[in-house]
Amino acid sequence: MTFGDHLSDRVKQVPPSGIRRFFELAEEVDDVISLGVGEPDFSAPWAARTAAIDSLERGKTSYTSNRGMRELREAISERVTCYGQEYDPEDEIIVTTGASEAVDLAFRAFVGDGDVVAIPQPSYISYTPGAVFAGGEPLPVPTRAEDEFTLTPEALEAAGADEADVLVLCYPNNPTGAVMTDDELADVASFVREHDLLVLSDEIYAALRYEDDHASIATHPGMRERTIVFNGFSKAYAMTGLRLGYAMGPPEAIDAMNKVHQYAMLSAPTTAQYAALEALRACDDAVEEMRREYDRRRRFVLARFDEMGLDCFEAKGAFYVFPEAPDGDDEAFAEGLLEEQNVALVPGSVFGAGGEGHLRVSYATGMRELREAMDRIETYIAE
Amino acid sequence: MDKQSLLDLLRHDARQSVDDIARQLGADADAVAAALDELESEGAVRGYHAVVDWRQVDDEHVRAQVEVDVELDRETGYDEIARRIARFPEVRSLRLVSGTYDFFIEVEGESMHAVSNFVSERIAPIPEVTKTVTHFVMDSYKEEGIELGNGDDDDRLSVSP
Repeated sequence: MTFGDHLSDRVKQVPPSGIRRFFELAEEVDDVISLGVGEPDFSAPWAARTAAIDSLERGKTSYTSNRGMRELREAISERVTCYGQEYDPEDEIIVTTGASEAVDLAFRAFVGDGDVVAIPQPSYISYTPGAVFAGGEPLPVPTRAEDEFTLTPEALEAAGADEADVLVLCYPNNPTGAVMTDDELADVASFVREHDLLVLSDEIYAALRYEDDHASIATHPGMRERTIVFNGFSKAYAMTGLRLGYAMGPPEAIDAMNKVHQYAMLSAPTTAQYAALEALRACDDAVEEMRREYDRRRRFVLARFDEMGLDCFEAKGAFYVFPEAPDGDDEAFAEGLLEEQNVALVPGSVFGAGGEGHLRVSYATGMRELREAMDRIETYIAE
Repeated sequence: MDKQSLLDLLRHDARQSVDDIARQLGADADAVAAALDELESEGAVRGYHAVVDWRQVDDEHVRAQVEVDVELDRETGYDEIARRIARFPEVRSLRLVSGTYDFFIEVEGESMHAVSNFVSERIAPIPEVTKTVTHFVMDSYKEEGIELGNGDDDDRLSVSP
């Protein structure tokens, strides 16, 4: 008997990650400048790191409460009021091992066998497998470059999402950098209420918006009770490796997620929770400084693409822009660019329907590399 | 042209072309050039310097921080004394500070001898100066917001979701 003969159907159903394949290609190239990285190039703010060190020195190495340290939940509750979100630290917030765990908990808690999970695409690559592992049926909802990759009720309708049970949202978006305004979310909210869906809203990039403030669908009328909001420390605080996120929702939802979490994870990493608490208390300036730096890079990249004639909508969030591949073949362009100019970026098609013909360009890379990468892309296009 | 954004950018890295600055601010290159001229001519931006890690440079280079106590009289104020001290090219910075002494001076020279000579022959004899304390810089860990240790390597995966 081998494990290979006993793969579960759900595991078999999920194909190997396209981004993994590209990673392996990039690893074979020397001196690669990578615009393919989905995490900040900064380190976590020093104050947060020292808080983690302090906690270790004080011997804080035990489990915490399943839902996370009370103080941390209180700090989170206070912080999210800036997005108009109000959640009780007592029973409406759960701290998790990265927002990724929180999303997985929600799939496992709310997606039953055969439940349809509508996933606007192009999207972060974990939602579809997550829905499948939970037994759900992913329903891709393509979004379009013409709409600047925002989600519209028309796109939902066209994809048949009126029959879905759950809708996943991720704005600001990975991979497109798209954001959604309050008005655009209001239209989606009407669709959701009309067709009685639950919403899983991944707002991990909420702090990284460059033209306006973050808007959350959970703050729309009638939406709080049917929405789980995910957020975390990875992107805004450059704490990806500390693995700390959280989910917020009505008590019965958080209870259900906590049930899965307490058996699967017990509690999120304690050291990371101390870092996160300090991040919320003392690192606003550091976050703002990083945001400004991303914004300068964003404008730089958009300006350079414009100069070299690469079509790209003005992405206003996260740290990605999503230009069109010049001849429409994103995979060929990305592979050619890697081989000939040693610049790595990710072909849009790995992010699902609507991503094909586009390229995800991450500007979580220093200005010096960015400048050089843009020159190389320009050379590659010219040739 | 938002001057604060321009200043933020210059303080972060002033050695960029006007075109690159314009791209990062989403502004017109001519507007950036004009704003730079204005910042310089109105005296808001006084200069641009390299941040040097002297350990990486062979030349002997000595720096000292000097505390200076002064006694004011009816005719002489801080500004007047400061002007007299600031004119010496050896003085890199001069600040009036609160606390147990009055002025805080950064002095640079080619040798310890040159620096101590400068303090004893140029600063100490100023009539209002009652006391100086010279601290030679033995090592430097951070200058102008930049850490001088070995930079952290970028150990992120080259491609990640």
